[in-house]
Amino acid sequence: MDNVLSVEKLTKTYATGFAALKGVDLSIRRGEIFALLGPNGAGKTTLIGIVCGLVRASGGKVTVDGFDIAQDYRSARKKIGLVPQELATNMFETVWNTTVFSRGLFGKKANPAYVEKVLRDLSLWDKKDDNIRALSGGMKRRVLIAKALAHEPEILFLDEPTAGVDVELRRDMWEMVRKLRESGVTIILTTHYIEEAEDMADRIGVIDKGEIILVEEKHALMRRLGQTRVCVSLTRKLDAIPDGLFDLPLTLSPDGKSLSFTQAGEEAERGKDAGLARLLKNLLARGVDFASVQSSQSSLEDIFIDLVGKSR
Amino acid sequence: MNYSAVRAIYLFELARTWRTLFQSIASPVLSTALYFIVFGGAIGPRMQPIDGVPFAAFIVPGLILLAVLTESVSNASFGIYLPRFTGTIYEILSAPVSAFEVLLGFVGAAATKSVLLGLIIFATARLFVSFELVHPFWSFGFLVLISVTFALFGFILGLWADGFEKLQIIPLMVISPLTFLGGTFYSIDMLPPLWRNVALFNPIVYLVDSFRWAFYGIAAVGPAISLALTLTMLVTCIVVVVVIFKTGYRLRT
Ligand SMILES: Nc1ncnc2c1ncn2[C@@H]1O[C@H](COP(=O)(O)OP(=O)(O)OP(=O)(O)O)[C@@H](O)[C@H]1O
Ligand SMILES: [Mg+2]
Repeated sequence: MDNVLSVEKLTKTYATGFAALKGVDLSIRRGEIFALLGPNGAGKTTLIGIVCGLVRASGGKVTVDGFDIAQDYRSARKKIGLVPQELATNMFETVWNTTVFSRGLFGKKANPAYVEKVLRDLSLWDKKDDNIRALSGGMKRRVLIAKALAHEPEILFLDEPTAGVDVELRRDMWEMVRKLRESGVTIILTTHYIEEAEDMADRIGVIDKGEIILVEEKHALMRRLGQTRVCVSLTRKLDAIPDGLFDLPLTLSPDGKSLSFTQAGEEAERGKDAGLARLLKNLLARGVDFASVQSSQSSLEDIFIDLVGKSR
Repeated sequence: MNYSAVRAIYLFELARTWRTLFQSIASPVLSTALYFIVFGGAIGPRMQPIDGVPFAAFIVPGLILLAVLTESVSNASFGIYLPRFTGTIYEILSAPVSAFEVLLGFVGAAATKSVLLGLIIFATARLFVSFELVHPFWSFGFLVLISVTFALFGFILGLWADGFEKLQIIPLMVISPLTFLGGTFYSIDMLPPLWRNVALFNPIVYLVDSFRWAFYGIAAVGPAISLALTLTMLVTCIVVVVVIFKTGYRLRT
């Protein structure tokens, strides 16, 4: 597999003595969208900070497309665009100037047509001559994205890009992320909105207390750890689970009026709901009438809470 | 060498001056003009010429330096402190630039402003008093050298400071008093022997002295020692900056 970023045994202990990263290993594939999830203080921003040159690693090695971030920092950093978690903007600059500045800083030749395209894609074109301080928070976030894209990075870090951003802008933003991915940009994002990661990501990494506890293909993860739950509401109360069905993963609600059937994602795939069919046939055969059948699938959020909860 | 980055930082910093034109240029020019009116115009005619130079002309080099020193320090310190304070420094830290390039951009811009300011004050002074330069080349040379040195010093200050008070306190409480006492309005030869010796511990005495030598060819201590001292300060500042960047002090956690 072609890795565009590789992190090996990365550690970070802050001056306070706090160990924010405890030996992180991570490989990011070229062209993927990778979602790094983790609770507050897990070390996501620290990890991104080290890769981008804002934080000094205490130990370990990071290479960006083969370039070591310490020895070959120029080649490494040229490839990276960063949208930081904190909104930090040059308030008295115009949108246009600040974006052109970013491009210059990364050693790229001026290219007004490209900068225009970036601003247009982010719906910032009509604001290009506005002072940044006159923009709303969501607009400022877009300016940070424009700055990060100004030097045509191959890898884009988005550290909680959707925090404090309204629904519409969020949709636009993800639309843009998809387009960037199509153009070959690798995207590494963090978010506390797990459903966004579920929508967007190719792979998911979970970090907790400075350790990566999981890295997996999203679909595989959902299949492996996700659950399908079917709830059958009965018209009449049952006293016990009907015999002949004991082998199925069934639970009867305390009031005896609903049966729920839970299957791990993988089993559900494999069994193709054979168990459910058996349950329903059995109930019909016994004359147990039911009012409704509802099925629900666990979200990445449930999986995430389960994972992080376990390690507490 | 990432020239494009140096250029970007340099122009960005100059643009900041343009936005704060009044603060950066107009206000030092105004206060210097006031000095000329009070000391040059009102008091000057009643004073004896010093070493053959009329008092109003005598104070010109010192007044130029007073503005140049304080503005170099505050411009450069503010230039680097502001992005640290607002967090926009992240972009510079994540960019493919070396410490030297960052320094060149920030210090170059601050020094450019100071040199321009010095020239503007020089021109303003000519409106009030007439004088001829004995060593125009050296005058300009010293102006550039001193601007760069103090901009570097300001850059260090801006890295070290963790609040706005600290930024203001050094120019206000250290640079200004030392410049006033550094022979702007008198020759240190006019001091009683004890105080003359004390004054020799004030580095700015040498700067004013050599700058005045470049203007009028008169000197209390002589330009060679001043030049050596300025260069020593310059090198010291460069070394400190290199150490700061090597250790990531106050920049990278
Ligand atoms: N400069 C610092 N000095 C000391 N400790 C720090 C510093 N920066 C971060 N930390 C600590 O390191 C840990 C990881 O912080 P980090 O910002 O990487 O978390 P995060 O995963 O990005 O969290 P969030 O979701 O809240 O953004 C936290 O416990 C934080 O308090
Ligand atoms: Mg964070």
